[in-house]
Amino acid sequence: MAPQSSIRDTFFEECEDLLEALAEGLAAMADGARDTDTVNAVFRAVHSVKGGAGAFALTDLVAFAHRFETVLDGVRSGTLDLTPEVMHTMQRSADHLADLVEAARNEDVLPPDVSDAFLANLDQCLGAEPESLDMGDTPFDFAVIPLEFGDDPAPKEPAGHVIRFRPLQQLYANGHDPALLIAAVHALGPCEVALDLSALPDWDGPDALTPGLGWTLRLAGRESETALQEIFEFVEGLCELDISPLEDAPVPADPLPSVAAPPPPAPGPEAPSPAASAAQKPDLAAGAEAGEARGPKPTLRVDLDRVDRLINSVGELIINQAMIAQRLQDMALAPDDDVSLHVEDYRLLARDIQEAVMAIRAQPVKPLFQRMSRILREAAEATGKSARLVTFGENTEVDKTVIERLADPLTHMIRNAVDHGLEGPDARRAAGKDGTGTIRLGAAHRSGSVIITIRDDGAGLNRPRILDIARRKGLVAPDADLADAEIDGLLFLPGFSTASAVSNLSGRGVGLDVVRNAVTALGGRISIASVPGQGTEFTISLPLTLAVMDGMVVSVAGQTMVVPITSILETIRPAPGDLHRVGTDDSLLSIRGRFIPTVDVARSLGFTDPSARADFPLLLLVEGENQSQCALVVDAVHDQRQVVIKGLDSNYGQVPGVSAATVLGDGQIALILDPDAIAAHRAGPAATAAPRPSLFHADVHHGQH
Amino acid sequence: MANTDLAETDLEFVTFSAGGQSFSIDIGQVREIRRWSPVTPLPHAPDEVLGVMNLRGSVIPIYDLAARFGLDRTPESPRNVVVIAMHGSQTVGLLVEAVSEILSVGRERIQETPDVRSDTARQTITGVITVDEGMTRVIDLAAVVQPRGKAAA
Repeated sequence: MAPQSSIRDTFFEECEDLLEALAEGLAAMADGARDTDTVNAVFRAVHSVKGGAGAFALTDLVAFAHRFETVLDGVRSGTLDLTPEVMHTMQRSADHLADLVEAARNEDVLPPDVSDAFLANLDQCLGAEPESLDMGDTPFDFAVIPLEFGDDPAPKEPAGHVIRFRPLQQLYANGHDPALLIAAVHALGPCEVALDLSALPDWDGPDALTPGLGWTLRLAGRESETALQEIFEFVEGLCELDISPLEDAPVPADPLPSVAAPPPPAPGPEAPSPAASAAQKPDLAAGAEAGEARGPKPTLRVDLDRVDRLINSVGELIINQAMIAQRLQDMALAPDDDVSLHVEDYRLLARDIQEAVMAIRAQPVKPLFQRMSRILREAAEATGKSARLVTFGENTEVDKTVIERLADPLTHMIRNAVDHGLEGPDARRAAGKDGTGTIRLGAAHRSGSVIITIRDDGAGLNRPRILDIARRKGLVAPDADLADAEIDGLLFLPGFSTASAVSNLSGRGVGLDVVRNAVTALGGRISIASVPGQGTEFTISLPLTLAVMDGMVVSVAGQTMVVPITSILETIRPAPGDLHRVGTDDSLLSIRGRFIPTVDVARSLGFTDPSARADFPLLLLVEGENQSQCALVVDAVHDQRQVVIKGLDSNYGQVPGVSAATVLGDGQIALILDPDAIAAHRAGPAATAAPRPSLFHADVHHGQH
Repeated sequence: MANTDLAETDLEFVTFSAGGQSFSIDIGQVREIRRWSPVTPLPHAPDEVLGVMNLRGSVIPIYDLAARFGLDRTPESPRNVVVIAMHGSQTVGLLVEAVSEILSVGRERIQETPDVRSDTARQTITGVITVDEGMTRVIDLAAVVQPRGKAAA
């Protein structure tokens, strides 16, 4: 049982890769790539899924993959035009194939009518072809070599094939046996085999080891070229292979059933027309060679738990190193002391190890983006809008957990962009835009962060309406005068939804506040920018990794704390005249002609130990969401260092104003502050003079969950 | 809960004193007992949450058990100890005045908590066990640490 299930797991893991390759290939095709390599890659992906599924008797999956393959074969052989409709059907089919794989993995069964609808769409693509076979529910017979017995009644089909096959030395070296391959061909139908000795090397020659045997096989019957290629699939690049249709060779016998007879165990894909298959051959060979040369980099599948254990240990190592360094510092050794030098080496090594370990967890965002193109298609279909997704920076690498936890917010934002961002095709054309909306999804590294942008070219935010809704819902005071950025920020308030009619797509009661909470939970930030008539852009800024970050060590009310470097713009030691009191408690910092609100961190955290107050506080200028700046008052700034992030959630819970904790060199715990939350905590009473809007206040806490 | 090495009806508890009263906790939940060391206070934390401490790289919250039961905060003393206990995947520390003994009792000796007025006591004490000189209160660790900890957020 166990070995079987582990093989099954492997199959599904491979399916993930295959589906990814499929999506990638289809995306390239949609962008205009029509070369044989791309089409073959797509075909092979579907075919491999089918082959594996056959081994596990996943009949639904096999049946669907098979029909999909038939359409792809039509595209590959050129008998099927790659119209936008066909392209769309193929992409939707790839989505459905992914669903089927997922269902099979969870041992679910999808409702048959869903598959039927997709099958019908695929059939429609084949409409022009004399496809009349009932292939939907014929069982797929899985053999050692995935042979396919075709019975395609294509009117102009070859009477057979001539296969010229000459193994290279590598074929033997890899343990393949030509006799088995020939036998497999023979199994397809009557076959004449002729040995070709013309290239036999001189026995005494220097290259006596070079194999010289070749065979010419003449296969009669209506076998499709695909079936033949499948036989030789495993020796691609290991032999010289030439398959050409046998136009007018005499057919010795026809043991295959006629069209009227019941279909054989497994029907094959449509036979390509002779002309097309002939034209395609050189490309195929070239493709095989290119594939051989490129070769995938060897990879290793590792249980994530093991990696995480390693990461934890490395985290401890870093802390341990910091402790030793601190002890040494306390001992006041000479800087060129041997021990100091070794500890410095230790520090560098620990850093190296840490970076290497982090790199294991880093993954390109590509699969995530590919999933989004599917979300976009579904959203466009559901809303009747026309949209395309343009992605860039897909190879940007981000921590695996970040990628996983970004999937939901991104899905939501893509749906939002289609549903609320883009106008309908008619409105777009009326505004002088392309009827098809474009949503750009991009990723990039910027100074220790990953920036994800989602931009639509829709109508932009309707600020008067947002303000109107917010007022009606009591989210802002009726007379509040808000700047554009503040109005945009209202979208992130819980329970805010602008769609006047709740669509079943994105109006499910989850708003952008959920997105923001998800991003905040990842230690990231989200901001919004919009230009009326031109579109809206969301920018998500995320930490590269969840495990470490660069922080500034400060003291607040006698406590050592860490502020993330990424949020600090500058540190300021204010001159006596720079701080201006407003009312009893608040003060403003005057800097370069502007006034910026200050927040006393100690008071904001509820630490009111007056004895620990410094006489000359320092200010950290931080930028919060929506580019609002604020100055945090701290007692002292010590140094800047990399800290290992330790969550408080698992053993305690969320703490307002604190994002996590870390262990300092002396083994003590320091809290990592969340400047946004601290700044926002203050924003509540100051934003409106009217009765304190409780939502702003609640939001501070909300952002923590 | 029951330790399989013992007769089925026997349960083992670690008993300790906090705020002058005797409390006990199922031994299966106790991980270790440590000396008190300074903690890092948490902002906006309820009274009984003293702060967090570093346990071999993990950040664990320390609860003052006496304060949790509405008694005065445990006065600082070198004899104070921290009982490190686990509830599910959550590790917490309980500051107590002293650990007394390990108590092995039959299940039938645990009495239901009498109907007391204090909400805290009703919710966090699952039963009482009579011991020589009085009784010890069996605490429900989940109730002690969870609701207030989450409510603090």
